[in-house]
Amino acid sequence: MDVARTEENIRLPDEVAQEVAEGRLQTEQMVLNVGPQHPATHGVFRLLATIDGEVLVDAEPVIGYMHRGYEKLVEARDYRQITNLVSRMDWLSGINNEMPLALAVETLMELEVPPRAQYLRVVLLEMNRILNHLMFFASFAAELGAITPTFYAFREREDIQAAMEMATGGRMHFGYMRPGGLKEDVPKGFFDQALFGVRQVMDRIDDYYNLIIGNEIYKQRTIGVGVLDKELAYNYGVSGPIARGSNIDFDVRKDEPYLAYADFDFEVPVGLNGDCFDRFWVLLHEVYESARIVEQAIEGMPSGPILGKVPRVIQAPEGEVYVRCENPLGELGMYLVSDGDRRPYRLKIRTPSYNNVSVLPVVLRNTFVSDMIAILGSFFFVLGDIDR
Amino acid sequence: MFELNLSDWQILLVKLGLVLAIVPAITLVAGYAEHKVMAHLQHRLGPMYPGGFHGWATLLADGLKFIYKEDIIPAAADRKVFSLAPLAIFVPTVLTVLVLPLDETLVVEELDLGLFYLLAVSSISTIGMLMAGWSSSNKYALIGALRAAAQLIAYELPIVLSAAVAAMLAGTLSLNGIVEAQEWPFVLWPPGIGLIAFLVFFGAGVAELTRPPFDMPVAESEIITGAFTEYSGMRFIFSTFFPEVANMVIISGVATTLFLGGYQPIVPLGFLDAVPGLVWFTLKTAFMVFMLLWIRPTFPRLREDQLQKFAWKFLIPTSLVLILAAGAWVLYAPEGLK
Repeated sequence: MDVARTEENIRLPDEVAQEVAEGRLQTEQMVLNVGPQHPATHGVFRLLATIDGEVLVDAEPVIGYMHRGYEKLVEARDYRQITNLVSRMDWLSGINNEMPLALAVETLMELEVPPRAQYLRVVLLEMNRILNHLMFFASFAAELGAITPTFYAFREREDIQAAMEMATGGRMHFGYMRPGGLKEDVPKGFFDQALFGVRQVMDRIDDYYNLIIGNEIYKQRTIGVGVLDKELAYNYGVSGPIARGSNIDFDVRKDEPYLAYADFDFEVPVGLNGDCFDRFWVLLHEVYESARIVEQAIEGMPSGPILGKVPRVIQAPEGEVYVRCENPLGELGMYLVSDGDRRPYRLKIRTPSYNNVSVLPVVLRNTFVSDMIAILGSFFFVLGDIDR
Repeated sequence: MFELNLSDWQILLVKLGLVLAIVPAITLVAGYAEHKVMAHLQHRLGPMYPGGFHGWATLLADGLKFIYKEDIIPAAADRKVFSLAPLAIFVPTVLTVLVLPLDETLVVEELDLGLFYLLAVSSISTIGMLMAGWSSSNKYALIGALRAAAQLIAYELPIVLSAAVAAMLAGTLSLNGIVEAQEWPFVLWPPGIGLIAFLVFFGAGVAELTRPPFDMPVAESEIITGAFTEYSGMRFIFSTFFPEVANMVIISGVATTLFLGGYQPIVPLGFLDAVPGLVWFTLKTAFMVFMLLWIRPTFPRLREDQLQKFAWKFLIPTSLVLILAAGAWVLYAPEGLK
């Protein structure tokens, strides 16, 4: 971290002028170590940025500071325990992480999931998606220097958080999914609280629009900044709101409906240019669509059991299966190989943030330092999801 | 009757003591206002506990905390420059207060070149920022310092040019003279010229304060705290918080003096003369401070190049045109209108 202050760097003004005239004046590059402890990386993400003045010449993400070895840990635990483990991968969307695991086990064991459990799952998944998206709404705005959205977002989050807590008892790590259904039925008053929460978000989304997206400074900071081409997004396996921001119309919920998603009317927002503005626009629209799904699911909530006919000991038969779900940040896939034991033989996890972040060096090249922060913020990653 | 006979230097000492007591006091009040106004704009209460009543003693507690903090100087830093930098920022801030007329006679030193002095002294702090950034031996600090220098130089010009408009309209550089010339405040009369000059001054003033949306030199989400990344304890307070808040009040005070009629009533109606000048000055300054506080939680941050464009391509040409217009007004406007 030493700034060069040696003798040969001190030059006289007329020498400098001469150098400029002869085109010999050269600027020096310096390596800026962004992170692992930096306010804009929300976690232990590290970026080795080579900068020339304020221009980023090269950027190299360094990940792995948070590797916890989940894929190995799960091999020594049974499915009930794994549910609570994978919940901690992406700590902003716990219940969304539990979903593909439950689906994979159900597919292998050929378990029937009762309709009420399917609908309840959708309600919880979508509420969790709203929680996650509002968090990124807050952090992205904060990285651009707008401090107020944080407080707005947390105000709305709190009511939805309360509903989640009523049902699951947890605020971050829910551990509510079970192969074959859910842990238990939701308590009285849950639906009222959930509806109150999501309707409030739907009402106030206009405020968010006016405060951030309609702001002239915000537009200047994001339109045309950090453009991710459609082709590039495909090549790097980018998914989720980031891919949809780059005009890729793909959402697992819509294109390969799992659970009861086929029953609901919702739209998949798609951006045009793949810049920071589009990514954030998609994120904010998804909040609205998720709120709509929650409303529809609660209105059409069937009655009945919340757990199918599940054996006392969950033992997936020999076989393998790949299941993918639409995590708030992108496509979360789990490849489960079972040898008939109570534990998985192997569980390969494909997390969205990992693929999304891998495209960063290309997008970050030749941007400004300020843009770098905007782009990092608009890539919506969670460190635990990258390193798991 | 008891008569006080004080020699010149005694008077000077008393004045100096007053300034040194009042500036921190006003800073504390404005800092508290910043906490509270921002909190209420953001659906929260802000500090509520220290001191009992709505957390009035928060900043005192904060200050105490900073006094107790360890004073860290990085091993690779240039110790002398590093320690002097906060002074180079803090002292000019206090010096600017000397010429501000709070009331007709309530001014520390009435200078004939008051405006000139004010603008000259207030631009010294740029050097302090550069000193801090360069001596810290930290890359973030270096980027921050260069940003600060570029920004302060760019926005010094619109400030000087728009202040020149006020000086031209008043026909004097003395701040008292400028206030006396504003029977109607310049922001209202001459129509348009004064208002636009005021807006230019205000916009450039926000940039000069390095407050949002022009806070790139200290952008905490990008370059930590810019030039002051390595500062801690009292040095941190005297290089960032104190000058920022004090300058916020001072810029508001200068804008009040130049464009809002200073200690004069806002409109020349007879019954308003009953209100003392100090009250007028305080009210107008408080209004300006509130505007500054309002901007902060409302806007995101611009980018450095956009900021430079805004200064060189918009504010400076505008203020040059204003100077022409003001000159034309002074020369050709019919007597009855002036």
